[in-house]
Amino acid sequence: MSTADIKSVECMEIPEHTVEIITNSGEGAQKCAQIFGQTCAKMGNGVWTVEIIPAEIEPPHHTVTSTSGNIIRFGTEKITNWGDQSKLAIAFNDQVLLSRHRLDSLKDDCIILLDSCWQQHEDEEIRRMYEEAMDEMSTKNYRFVLVPIEEEALKIVDNPSHGKNMFALGMLAEIYQRDVSIIEKQIAHIFRLKPPKVTEKNIELVKSGIAWAKENLDFQFRINSIPFDEERIVMNGNQAAAIGAIAAGMEMCAMYPITPATSVSHELSEIIESYGGMVHQAEDEIAAAGVAIGASYAGKVALTVTSGPGMALKTEFLALAIMIEVPLVVLNVQRGGPSTGLPTKVEQSDLLSSLFGQPGDAPRVVIAPRTIEECFHAMITARRIAETFRCVVIVLTDANLATGVQQFTRPPLDVRWQQGAMDQSPVPEGLRPYEWDLETGLSRRIIPGSPGGQHTVTGLAHDEDSLVSYHPSSNELGMKMRSRKLAVFQSTLMPPELHGEQEGDLLVVGWGSTEGAIVEAVDRACSEGYKVSTCQLTFLSPLEPGLKEIFSRFKNVMTVEINYSDTPGDPYINEDSRRYGQLAWVLRAHTLVDVDCWTSCPGQPLRPRDIYTHIIAKLEPNEEGVAA
Amino acid sequence: MSSIAISLLDLEADSPVCLEADDYQKRPGKWCAGCGDFGALNAVKRLMAKEQLQPEKTVFVSGIGCSSRFPHYVNAYGFHGIHGRALPVATGVKLARPELDVFVTMGDGDCTSIGAGHWIHAIRYNANMVVLLLDNNIYGLTKNQTSPTTPQGYASMTSPRGAVLPALDPLQATLGVSNASFVAQTADWVPVHMYATMQAAYEHPGFSFVRILQRCPKFTPDVFQKNVENPDLTELLVHENGVDVPALEQLFKARRVHDPLNIDDARSLARRSDMLRLGVFFRDDSLPVYEKVRAVPKVSAEEKVARLNKEFERYAV
Repeated sequence: MSTADIKSVECMEIPEHTVEIITNSGEGAQKCAQIFGQTCAKMGNGVWTVEIIPAEIEPPHHTVTSTSGNIIRFGTEKITNWGDQSKLAIAFNDQVLLSRHRLDSLKDDCIILLDSCWQQHEDEEIRRMYEEAMDEMSTKNYRFVLVPIEEEALKIVDNPSHGKNMFALGMLAEIYQRDVSIIEKQIAHIFRLKPPKVTEKNIELVKSGIAWAKENLDFQFRINSIPFDEERIVMNGNQAAAIGAIAAGMEMCAMYPITPATSVSHELSEIIESYGGMVHQAEDEIAAAGVAIGASYAGKVALTVTSGPGMALKTEFLALAIMIEVPLVVLNVQRGGPSTGLPTKVEQSDLLSSLFGQPGDAPRVVIAPRTIEECFHAMITARRIAETFRCVVIVLTDANLATGVQQFTRPPLDVRWQQGAMDQSPVPEGLRPYEWDLETGLSRRIIPGSPGGQHTVTGLAHDEDSLVSYHPSSNELGMKMRSRKLAVFQSTLMPPELHGEQEGDLLVVGWGSTEGAIVEAVDRACSEGYKVSTCQLTFLSPLEPGLKEIFSRFKNVMTVEINYSDTPGDPYINEDSRRYGQLAWVLRAHTLVDVDCWTSCPGQPLRPRDIYTHIIAKLEPNEEGVAA
Repeated sequence: MSSIAISLLDLEADSPVCLEADDYQKRPGKWCAGCGDFGALNAVKRLMAKEQLQPEKTVFVSGIGCSSRFPHYVNAYGFHGIHGRALPVATGVKLARPELDVFVTMGDGDCTSIGAGHWIHAIRYNANMVVLLLDNNIYGLTKNQTSPTTPQGYASMTSPRGAVLPALDPLQATLGVSNASFVAQTADWVPVHMYATMQAAYEHPGFSFVRILQRCPKFTPDVFQKNVENPDLTELLVHENGVDVPALEQLFKARRVHDPLNIDDARSLARRSDMLRLGVFFRDDSLPVYEKVRAVPKVSAEEKVARLNKEFERYAV
């Protein structure tokens, strides 16, 4: 416990730190963390943030299930994942803290700033819970610092639930010597729609947090930043996708609210109309797909945004778009499944349904951005592919990318991405609506308004004239042409780049948001002399070329994914019965290589330490040949 | 034929080529002989000729079912989509290109059953389009299953002992939705009335919902038999703001002057089952039209890039 009368402050210089803000839902942890993360990024630190949120808006307070929080990992160098454990935590009560302890999220010597109001609380039950919680946590060497968070906040606001977060932010600002002027600007921006008094109160709270920390804490950390001269921006993956959609010239976003995708449409709703576009909140997921397809058919660049359960509902419409070759970009921000699953949590379980989710053979392009920066660029790429190949492009991000905040080089914009109005020149007589180039499957897209181009698109099997046709050869031709386009697209792709040596004992293959954690784990293994490399796939349909050849240079290949696979050695699980991770499943079929996998679906991003453990287990199996 | 006509239209703007009703037929309908869909197609062709609609600027959207083959037979752009989902597609087309004339054809299963959710909301969006419910009280293409509008007691393959529930009334349902702006009913055995109703629907700036009562020659040939045989069982709603066909005065003795602006009367007339009523039940041209309230000024590509660059300032490090 602190509060020494005469205080000497020890300031440690460290390369990085991971901080957790843990509160009841509704106490503003996200706002506090958002401002802190943005401030770190703006000061030039590498940053990665992860939200901890329940699916409910405000479950009962002071329980282990009411935890709302945020983890911010920041450092001198670039940060690519949330790391292993948190080294400092601010907890508004013992119960929410306990929930993080039980998840092993806190480092053994974690500094914990805990509100002091519970220890001597007038309610006997609360005191009892507090004691039990502290007892349970005594297995660790946490360094507790009791802070009168609520008491201090009450000096400024009547309802501490709407003030403690800013007091906490002030403490963090002092502990990590953040630039307060940046924090003040952030606060002013967040509350720009509220009366000025709100901003003033919040800044007052931050200042009181700073003052309290200055007065009472005997430690500080210094995390330097490397000077940079390029322009950078900082945002989360959903913001990056939304801004990317506008940069890509998308003018119609049809959506239905679904976590964790909805904030893409919040961002778009705020600004898209000043770009001549609109967000249409449809009556359901199916209609959202239908409106986007109708708009695209009529020549607008259209997008629909959803998450797993919404994807399931859109299934039939996506097949129609593929069948009639109407370009469409679908952003699926994956969450935990199946069914309602884990609405606010990360998972990579929609790969197979994205690849094969339609009735019949329905080839489509699937791309998975690996970073928040790629969430931006993926939208531009997706539009380009969708229009060039008259196809559906599914962009698979996940809850980790969606809410994580990272800084990246400000992307240069290209006016050509905005190319809008579709060609409505007269259609030459004799040109057929599906006049496929027999080699590439490509054909000219004709949109309403083009004189002489009148035809009826149909989800029924059709011939080049778009006439319903049940003729065996025309059905086979249509199938062939729709599939051929993917092969043509694949011919434009490069083989994936490897991180690490070009050959070795083990190649770890991942996809999407896990890149940072996998690379960190692989680097750790390499530094200990293991011969491990990794590659992170972005294009999943069609797959990037050359995989079989790359795999042949490694003794073992395994995927690491955030989804379910059976664990060898579990009851009934053997080579015959084992179900593999989704990417492993695809790669095994595609390359005929015996690709293994380690997957996990804890509803949170993967930790480098866990990946590392399973890499080592793969390289050095125990007697049963089973991963430890 | 039509593409030549149109290119002439473009080349010689001074002497526009007049398109006849048959110029709007792309190919012969493949419905069964005696199908009510033929009558609707004829009325639509006449309307298109009357309005001289440009085939390339007209889009017909449908779902799945016998009536959803409609777009294939019209000389216009067509979108033959999936079962029950014509309205979202049509809404997307209209939002993207408000200048296009949009028609939607749906069957009773398509609109009032699998697509019922979209139906309710499309009424409320009130996008400017002509929406034809080709209601033959049965699923025809899948061969004789009960639909929501099948009369109670009427037998089908899925209700061999007769439909157990009272039929859903699409007029009452539509009239119950906020922002409904045009609701009419007509019948395939009164083609003059059908044409006049479509004309009124086309003129209405909003979501013009027209229920066309029609017979399926295979599965519901007799469903309106009493009304077909005895015009006295049908009452025409007439008004200068609705439909009034003087030629029908001889045949239909029961006529009621009904101001379509009166929603209470419209609902009450729709609810009464004493007679079959044809005409415009409700029409209000002043209600908000979705693509109009959502319209935003066009922005040039250069301006978009400039604005986006400014947007980045908000995220600048």
